[in-house]
Amino acid sequence: MTEPAAPGRNRALLRRFTRHRGAVAGAAVFLAIVAAVWLGPFLWRVDPAAIDILARNRGPAPAHPLGTDQLGRDMLARLLAGGRISVAVGLAAMALSLGLGGLVGLLAGWVRWLDGGLMRLTDLFLSLPLLPLLLVMVMLFRESLAAAFGPQTGIFLLIVFAIGITSWMPTARLVRAAVLEIRERDFILAAHAAGTAHVAMVTRHILPNVMSPVLVSATLGIANAIVTESALSFLGLGFPPDFPTWGRLLSDATVYLQTHPGRVIWPGAAISLTVLAINYTGDGLRDALDTRHRMTGPSRI
Amino acid sequence: MPARACPQSLCAVLLFLALAGGVPLTAQAGRGEDGILRILYWQAPSILNPYLSGGTKDIEAASLVLEPLARFDETGRIVPWLAETVPTQENGGINADRTRITWRLRDGLKWSDGSPVTAEDIRFTWRYCTAEGGGCAQAEKFAGVADVSVVDPRTVTVIFDAPRPYPYGPFVGAAAPILQKAQFTGCLGPRAPGCTEANFAPVGTGPFTVAEFRPNDVVRYLANPHYREPAKPAFGEAVLKGGGGAAAAARAVLETGEFDYAWNLQLAPDVLGAMAASGRGRLVSAFGTMVERIVINFTDPDPALGDARSTRAHPHPVLSDRRVRRALSMAIDRAILTEIGYGRAGRVTCNLVPAPEIYASDSNRACREQDLAGAAALLEKAGWTDSDGDGTRERNGRELRLTFQTSTNAVRQDFQAVIKQWWRTIGVETDLRNIDASVFFGSDPGSPDTFQKFFADVQMFAGTFDGTDPQAYLANWTCDEAPQPGNQWQGSNIGRWCDPEYDALVAEMAGTARIEERAALARRLNDMIVQDHAVLPLVDRGRVSAVAADLGGVRLNTWDSELWNIADWHRTGE
Repeated sequence: MTEPAAPGRNRALLRRFTRHRGAVAGAAVFLAIVAAVWLGPFLWRVDPAAIDILARNRGPAPAHPLGTDQLGRDMLARLLAGGRISVAVGLAAMALSLGLGGLVGLLAGWVRWLDGGLMRLTDLFLSLPLLPLLLVMVMLFRESLAAAFGPQTGIFLLIVFAIGITSWMPTARLVRAAVLEIRERDFILAAHAAGTAHVAMVTRHILPNVMSPVLVSATLGIANAIVTESALSFLGLGFPPDFPTWGRLLSDATVYLQTHPGRVIWPGAAISLTVLAINYTGDGLRDALDTRHRMTGPSRI
Repeated sequence: MPARACPQSLCAVLLFLALAGGVPLTAQAGRGEDGILRILYWQAPSILNPYLSGGTKDIEAASLVLEPLARFDETGRIVPWLAETVPTQENGGINADRTRITWRLRDGLKWSDGSPVTAEDIRFTWRYCTAEGGGCAQAEKFAGVADVSVVDPRTVTVIFDAPRPYPYGPFVGAAAPILQKAQFTGCLGPRAPGCTEANFAPVGTGPFTVAEFRPNDVVRYLANPHYREPAKPAFGEAVLKGGGGAAAAARAVLETGEFDYAWNLQLAPDVLGAMAASGRGRLVSAFGTMVERIVINFTDPDPALGDARSTRAHPHPVLSDRRVRRALSMAIDRAILTEIGYGRAGRVTCNLVPAPEIYASDSNRACREQDLAGAAALLEKAGWTDSDGDGTRERNGRELRLTFQTSTNAVRQDFQAVIKQWWRTIGVETDLRNIDASVFFGSDPGSPDTFQKFFADVQMFAGTFDGTDPQAYLANWTCDEAPQPGNQWQGSNIGRWCDPEYDALVAEMAGTARIEERAALARRLNDMIVQDHAVLPLVDRGRVSAVAADLGGVRLNTWDSELWNIADWHRTGE
């Protein structure tokens, strides 16, 4: 009636996950990208903002493996620095939307009288047009945050917050549905009968069992946040213009699409690859975690 | 060879005769014979009445239809247009004390509906723009006009309320054309914006008439059947399409050939050069008075000040010191900026008034050379030292840190990045911001991000003036012109610089008639602003437009509408 012991369950999960080749490849690529943008700047010690007027628009060469941009800045260094910010925004915004979505979903599913109100709130947020809302937030809060935390940390917090606050709704719905399903199971009934307190009930029985939808929506959330940040930077509303992010690099390079296609291809490929890798990982996780899918899927045979 | 109709030599002679004596093979064939002319303005016109819009796009789109009495040619010279001659004191058109100027219309002028153009139309145009409650956008052109009196059906006299050293404001240039009295007679004052039909399709004297106008999208023109020159325009139809961006516009002419003419292409020179290499079109550029500049804020933009932010109540704590402003200017290498951003379409300038030549000051050449060491020494002398060794200077616990904003544009962001690097080498840290151009230049008093509010320490944009006389432009830097809450943040003295001596000299210039004295005053005014480093001029920007390879007759004009001589445009058959 109760779930299997944790170590054995994790091993089974890992086995099922590794059977999904795309997921393994995706996870490997994503980890490689995170490692590259995290450790890369320590290995490739070129200042991404250093302008060398004499070395403008250079092609790939040993000194600049990916060439230089229209101001002679090293593209590789910019790509790595940009990735750091884009990935950091993705992870942080994901954590925020996960926390928020998880909390709302859990409360709505577990506390019956909160359900209606919280779900209408979720509907309200879902119906808000995302981009205009972000634009208004950037306009209203940019200055006060920049004054409090400095322009770069301020805008980082703002963007993470903006993306987090506008992307928690799918997680909340998923979690609520999972909680509603689990609370009717027999082991919950048994736990109730054993006199388990509410908090322990949630942490011990509910949370471990809703991890599956949470993890999947987490992976998708990272991808979503990276794309949203890129869109904001592309519109010129994200980070300050001298602050490279993948979206900013892409936007700066669009006019050079024909003459220097590399400048569009590298950040574009980085965004696509990251998002693709995360999506594959999420796919594999879902297959590995979802019991119903396990029963009917090919892995059963 | 049975098909041969004539011996070889005879054929050659016949061909020669046909070429030499027969019809000319190209150009000036006749009205409408060259088909459709396609023009691309990446900012779309929203109205075709220049009196109700200050936007260049609207004024230029209207200039195919509406014409002034005189205008400026591509050299900045004033040339008669609907008038027979340009009145001067020598030909008796301007009276001795310069309070009256008399214009005489060409003979036989007709509106595009066939009715004659008369002096009444000219007088009416003045009444239209000065009517109470009309909100005329070109009102300053008619400032000081006491009356416009009709002498005879072809002659008017403009009477000023005081001696006017430069009387070529009213009815001169694309921004002050003649309207048809019959069409606009019910549209005076508050009723002006409501006359949609007239504002969207004015009857004019120009080479084209409006056939269809979709605001913020496209204008379709047809050749004016009553145009005064019988063989012009060469095109029977013109289409002026709006929208898109500068890069797409350049591509449409230079690479794909979808359009014949694209206007105002502020793109990096290597981008434009690569597009032009495909040979479908060519780039034309001309220099006028447009100067890309950095404006210094003389008031404190600290958000903590609330409503008193960026007002004269709080002088700027850092930039009020001339030595700091001078150091910022010295650290800039204008030649490199010009090369990166404009190529052949830009020139280094140290003046706010770079042209016409007589007004351009010669005493600011020092700014052409970058002097990083000198700039650093100057900051040191002003008390800004890097005491904690972090690369940024401090004084009394305040870091030398500036916010530098401009509109969103690839060239401007490149400029920001390069200037930030130079300023960093002299110990000034810069935070960059870019704001969407429609917000930045939007003049919306409710938005905190307009260039007039200037909630930053320094900002960069370009400025220019109409026509060739810089008096009104220089008057922009008088104390009263500062944008502030009291005037809904409207005003042209963006940096809120103020020098009573400057105001007195502007007043003196307004009362000076002799051109040499006026020029000397203009140069002195320019020097006062520039040498106080209230504004840091960077680049004298040429206008760049793209022209299809087979379009002839284009003479790019920076003093008037770019489409000023569209009647002469034609296909060259190449």
